[in-house]
Amino acid sequence: MTRPAAILALLLALLSAPAQAALDAGEMLADPALEARARALAKGLRCVVCQNQSIDDSGADLARDLRRSLRARLLAGDSDEEAIGYLTERYGDYVLLEPPLKPATWALWFAPVGFAAVALALALRYFRRRE
Amino acid sequence: MRRLLFLAPLAVFAALAAWLYVGLGGDPARIPSPLVGRPAPAFAVDGLATADLEGPALVNIFASWCVPCRAEHPLLTHLAEEQGVAIYGIAYKDRPEAANAFLAELGNPYRKVGYDEDGGAGVEWGVTGVPETFVLDAGGMVAFKHTGPLTPDAVRRDLLPALGR
Repeated sequence: MTRPAAILALLLALLSAPAQAALDAGEMLADPALEARARALAKGLRCVVCQNQSIDDSGADLARDLRRSLRARLLAGDSDEEAIGYLTERYGDYVLLEPPLKPATWALWFAPVGFAAVALALALRYFRRRE
Repeated sequence: MRRLLFLAPLAVFAALAAWLYVGLGGDPARIPSPLVGRPAPAFAVDGLATADLEGPALVNIFASWCVPCRAEHPLLTHLAEEQGVAIYGIAYKDRPEAANAFLAELGNPYRKVGYDEDGGAGVEWGVTGVPETFVLDAGGMVAFKHTGPLTPDAVRRDLLPALGR
């Protein structure tokens, strides 16, 4: 391997996320479609004791419990919304990695747009005046 | 006055930065429980189920492997024995023998103990760790949640008023 190629290979290796997930084979559901839904939902749920890891990524005991509860809900026939709702009823919105859009979070979602609009308006005014 | 207007964005930025900075100082472990104001969650483990709970009471999540639980234990004993508070215990992720040995060593302040070996009841209660203590009011509604070991201050300030005392 040439030197640049070796460096590139090393960089790529460093960039690649750890491939193995936290969940072990015993946790997985027999139905692949259901398991795929569980994995997708788990990526959006916070491991509440590790703060910024999803329960899909985390090896914490609590994350495993939440994965198990989530799969139990899906096996019981819950829709995605119902399964997520089951966890937010118990752990609050904090369990969601993406904050939901509701009056209490309007500032969070719309403030950046508001700031950008104000900045654009001021910039436009400034450049108009200079002409 | 108009000439100072250019400082306005800076002032807005400073206010926002101050507000966010204060937020950084908050304890991320303090998560408000969505259970407060709602009936006790449905759960059933060996030794304890929702129907057993009679408010006003405390529901204390503990474990023999949990060091802060040892620290708060004398307070629970005091509440149960001196003040006549009904306390239900849930041994979280603990073998029943280990939980019983813990209670034999330190005394048992609980009216009833449930053994939640796999943490399933913990999920129903939205437990993130031990110890945690819930206050049930006379109507069986969750009135308050305390995360972490109880302190005399927390008992006086939060628990007793929530119990209606």
